[in-house]
Amino acid sequence: MTSKLIASGLRQQLTKFAHQFRRQHLSTAAAAATAAAEPQHHEDSTGITMKGVKISGRPLYLDVQATSPVDPRVLDAMLPYNMSRFGNPHSRTHMYGWESDLAVENARAQVASLIGASPKEIVFTSGATESNNISVKGVMHFYKDKKRHVITTQTEHKCVLDSCRHLQQEGFDVTYLPVGSDGIIDLEKLRSAIRPDTGLVSVMAVNNEIGVVQPVEEIGKICKEFNVPFHTDAAQALGKIPVDVEKWNVSLMSLSGHKIYGPKGVGALYLRRRPRIRVEPQMNGGGQERGIRSGTVPTPLVVGMGAACELAMKEMDYDHKRISALQERLLNGIREKLEGVVVNGSMERRYTGNLNLSFAYVEGESLLMGLKEVAVSSGSACTSASLEPSYVLRALGVDEDMAHTSIRFGIGRFTTEAEIDRAVELTVHQVQKLREMSPLYEMVKEGVNIKDIQWAQH
Amino acid sequence: MLRLVSKRILGAASREVPAPALQVLPRFYHERVVDHYDNPRNVGSFDKNDPTVGTGLVGAPACGDVMKLQIRVDEKTGKIVDACFKTFGCGSAIASSSVATEWVKGKQMEEVLSIKNTEIAKHLSLPPVKLHCSMLAEDAIKAAVKDYEAKRAKSTSTEATSEEKAATA
Repeated sequence: MTSKLIASGLRQQLTKFAHQFRRQHLSTAAAAATAAAEPQHHEDSTGITMKGVKISGRPLYLDVQATSPVDPRVLDAMLPYNMSRFGNPHSRTHMYGWESDLAVENARAQVASLIGASPKEIVFTSGATESNNISVKGVMHFYKDKKRHVITTQTEHKCVLDSCRHLQQEGFDVTYLPVGSDGIIDLEKLRSAIRPDTGLVSVMAVNNEIGVVQPVEEIGKICKEFNVPFHTDAAQALGKIPVDVEKWNVSLMSLSGHKIYGPKGVGALYLRRRPRIRVEPQMNGGGQERGIRSGTVPTPLVVGMGAACELAMKEMDYDHKRISALQERLLNGIREKLEGVVVNGSMERRYTGNLNLSFAYVEGESLLMGLKEVAVSSGSACTSASLEPSYVLRALGVDEDMAHTSIRFGIGRFTTEAEIDRAVELTVHQVQKLREMSPLYEMVKEGVNIKDIQWAQH
Repeated sequence: MLRLVSKRILGAASREVPAPALQVLPRFYHERVVDHYDNPRNVGSFDKNDPTVGTGLVGAPACGDVMKLQIRVDEKTGKIVDACFKTFGCGSAIASSSVATEWVKGKQMEEVLSIKNTEIAKHLSLPPVKLHCSMLAEDAIKAAVKDYEAKRAKSTSTEATSEEKAATA
């Protein structure tokens, strides 16, 4: 009798398992993915509701530094390599491989010509993050017997900073150069930081958060003087400002595909041949890409990046003029209606498509919540996992209360005047509404100096 | 004995059920938070020097959150008749202080001291990373009440001295 009880109990449990397992294996993977991924998303005629926020249509995209849409011409170039010319470029024995290899070499030449290099100096990777990793860790590991020191800045991209931290744990020395309040490094400090055992200087060309352009030519000259390899992360610079590896005297350069209207998941690394810079590969395998980066080269992605580079070369001047005009329109539009607007970073040495603004007395995340019809990004604490404001803004020496208020507007090839005007309108409206709600604004209007108050922190 | 064994087997069996793939809850705003942000209730200011008003100012711009909560108290009954707030902070901070002003209205001063941040957080479904916003709202309520009591204590002591003066005059 009890054995029957046990059996029926077990059967109940087992059917419960089966139901759960069955639920996991839905009829198609796609159905399962949508069921699990976005439980709160539904579109209806009145708009889109996602993550608790309801908006009337797709938001205006002003976050080009995060990623950019793929240019339709780039997509056209990529498509044949997915369906009909799908060969592996390393297959040497048949036409599929040969035509794929031809396409890869063609793309390599396109990327090289945009930066003034030879195609033999370009290695394709999975993105700028991988290129940065190869540059920082690969170079230092190769020369680890003689060179133990790395110089970089406090405003670098996280992948460079994290690679340096990794090197520190392995016993290398790293100097993080401070930046001025305009975001530019002090060349004298760089000069004095170089030691006989300095193996690498890594300074990004255009900063992704604030858009300032570092004096790469001068840095290159200093590095040449001391014979130190110079690496620059040019992910945000490629196709936007003129890049020339000879003028800049760089030994290594990281490039990214999805920042220049190309596909995501591809990037490149420039490695100088004269004088040759050697790196230890981070991806081991069949020795593809001259042994620097093993793995099948993804032909469609690489072709996309090549096409994007070629387009960038043709359209750089036109885009630059257009984007500068839009940036002025945005800044003037906002400054006309609002006071207490600060531009973070140097106004003169800046890439015009990146505008990082701080609105005094208004908090960044609450502003973003109100700007749900505009896709922008913020350097505020609440939008990062910790309560710390962006490290780049802190490196600039921005006051902590201002660091919480910054918004980054990104203007790109496909941004229109109407989008800028609407963004200005929405931003002004939200900032005014939030300032009405802000005790700091009230205190300032009453004449109290906020810096004098003793805050009761908890 | 058999029953114990069977229970243990069934217990073990149920424990073996793999927990449904723990969904990392996507950070999103609860409807109520968005509602309080779009239609904030009780935004405003009372006169700080009004003896029936208590003002609580908590937080710090360095942390990214500053809340000012003001209550107007009926002197005779000790009931809070009106409340208003101003906040510099994220959407959850604004919603927490807005909820705080709604909840204190019409309550006795001693009662509102028992409003806990966990209640505010639950009402707004705040994710763990935003719990400090509700803590700040609770602190703001307490600070406002304390300020009002301090004002009252000061005014009754000055009243007492002026009465004495009148008596002796």
